[in-house]
Amino acid sequence: MGRFTSVKTQAASVPPLQTQGPRLPNPYANAKFLIKAPFALVGFLIAILANRLFPQIADVAVTDYEFPSGFILNMNEAYELVLLGLILLYLIAGVYSWFDPDRRAKYLNRVPFRFAMGLALTAWDILGTKLLMLPQPFFPGPARIIESFLMEGDYILQNTLYSLRLFAVGFFVGVVVGVGTGILIGWFARVYYWVFPVLKLTGVIPAVAWMPFALTLFPTPFSAASFLIVICAWFPVAFATARGITSTPKSHFEVARTLGAKTSYLVFHVAIPHAIPNIFTGISTANGFAFTTLVMAEMMGQPGGLGYYINASKVWSAYYKVFASILVMAILFSLIMWAIGAVQGRVLRWQKGLIHE
Amino acid sequence: MSNHVLLGIENVYRTYVDDEDNKVEALYDVSLEIEKGEFVTIIGSSGCGKTTLLRLIAGLDTPLSGKLTIGGVPITGTDPERGYVFQQGGLFPWLTVENNIATGLKARGVYKQEKSRVQEYIELIGLQGFEKAFPHQISGGMAQRVAIARALINRPAALLLDEPMGALDSFTRADLQDKLLELWRHDETTMILVTHDIDEAIYLSDRIVIMTPRPGRISDIMEVSFPHPRHRGGVEFLTMRKTILEKLHLASALPEPEYRI
Ligand SMILES: Nc1ncnc2c1ncn2[C@@H]1O[C@H](COP(=O)(O)OP(=O)(O)O)[C@@H](O)[C@H]1O
Ligand SMILES: [Mg+2]
Repeated sequence: MGRFTSVKTQAASVPPLQTQGPRLPNPYANAKFLIKAPFALVGFLIAILANRLFPQIADVAVTDYEFPSGFILNMNEAYELVLLGLILLYLIAGVYSWFDPDRRAKYLNRVPFRFAMGLALTAWDILGTKLLMLPQPFFPGPARIIESFLMEGDYILQNTLYSLRLFAVGFFVGVVVGVGTGILIGWFARVYYWVFPVLKLTGVIPAVAWMPFALTLFPTPFSAASFLIVICAWFPVAFATARGITSTPKSHFEVARTLGAKTSYLVFHVAIPHAIPNIFTGISTANGFAFTTLVMAEMMGQPGGLGYYINASKVWSAYYKVFASILVMAILFSLIMWAIGAVQGRVLRWQKGLIHE
Repeated sequence: MSNHVLLGIENVYRTYVDDEDNKVEALYDVSLEIEKGEFVTIIGSSGCGKTTLLRLIAGLDTPLSGKLTIGGVPITGTDPERGYVFQQGGLFPWLTVENNIATGLKARGVYKQEKSRVQEYIELIGLQGFEKAFPHQISGGMAQRVAIARALINRPAALLLDEPMGALDSFTRADLQDKLLELWRHDETTMILVTHDIDEAIYLSDRIVIMTPRPGRISDIMEVSFPHPRHRGGVEFLTMRKTILEKLHLASALPEPEYRI
């Protein structure tokens, strides 16, 4: 649940309709913002300057990479470009936040962290690349990690897309099957009796335990891994959905019945809407399981994917590539979670201001 | 009278078994006839079977013995012709005000044809501008008005209201009482209201049914014949109030808590 905290706090800050009033501009608050906000960028600026100005003392090769367009880039330049990208990103976010007091407050709240992130990168860069003081080859500097993308960006992209495809197929099918099973279990006492115990028992088994069967029973490694993701998403979603359906207050059904509702209406317009918050809880649990299953499956016999890339790089002790893969995972999985959170916020907008933490 | 009878309740019994396996006689030999277009109030201390009676009329429950009919036809289950406003309102929290009100039309599959009635009822209950609000964003009084509009949109022959104003402050309550009278005249619906508020009963109804607990039965029925609008401080009002108070006191040997959920 903790994963969606940010969505909820955001929701809680929306006041009920009646208490919403006009917002008056506060010039003092604006001045405070102007003074504090730039520190979000200053940390990264320091990181760029450190990379530029700090001499390369340790013996590290700085290779030039030529792109098909004739463009030439070394790892330090690429790293600085990434930092510049971050500065631009937070600059745009700052300008966007400027116009709204809530967003301004949120932005200011994050300034210290972003500043510290810049300083941490600076320290890492100096210790990791310039002085080579961290244990090698396990802890390369940030520029080295970025270098992986210069060396084989296409290949990383290819593996990323493989992971994404695997995740999309497995997770989508898993959620759909999970919601379907959950509804049947929650609605029909008989299905509950026969299926729920089975679900409870098999639900605790980590999906990768089925790997040997999956690999022999499915025609391709891709379908085998999809199957594992399907079952790992299936159980938590089915569980949560069933709980949401069975916990629907009797009074909701009675209200609907006095209004002329028949069974199908009770299922689709009373029980299921009531279960939607539970379904999203299930989906967020499933999401975490699915990432784990995805990477483990890829590390144990897939022809591609970010997990495969980690394994392949490890063999050559190319730990900077391992880190590159981890970085891509962090970004990709965060984006997926953000997207699911956005859908959730949209679907559950009737809860805005209802849930307080 | 029998010509215009809408609802017939004949010798109805309903017994529950509570957690300690004791038999609770929620309704004991209850008989009542309600005319078309009448405004009837059921009053009585908590636990005397008011909700049980309303649920039987709604078709949410069945009697142990006895007969319930509407328009001469036995009541066998719920039907949109009998609207029900629950004690706690029970709006669907995931639906906006307008979609809550439209529920009846959608459930019966007539939403396309009768869509315009939603706006009509929003205006009748005075909630223009709140169409897109969700239940938790509106006040308790507004929520009850929405619940009433939602039940009325099906044009029920009878509207059953179970202490719809129990949780409201007295100003909101007076306001809603007037609104209820307005809706009653607008739709000519038969109103059956459960309340624990004597003033409310006198202010609104044509007849007041007094019930007593253990076993739950009707102890008295009183006509309220003076015309609307009724002045709450008027002599007739106060006299009536006194009579009912006396009857309620006589009716229950032990003093009961006024209100229990
Ligand atoms: N579902 C039930 N199970 C057991 N006892 C019940 C149930 N419903 C009502 N009763 C009992 O029946 C009596 C009448 O209840 P009710 O009709 O709710 O009274 P009122 O609405 O007048 O307060 C009470 O004693 C109550 O405890
Ligand atoms: Mg009651």
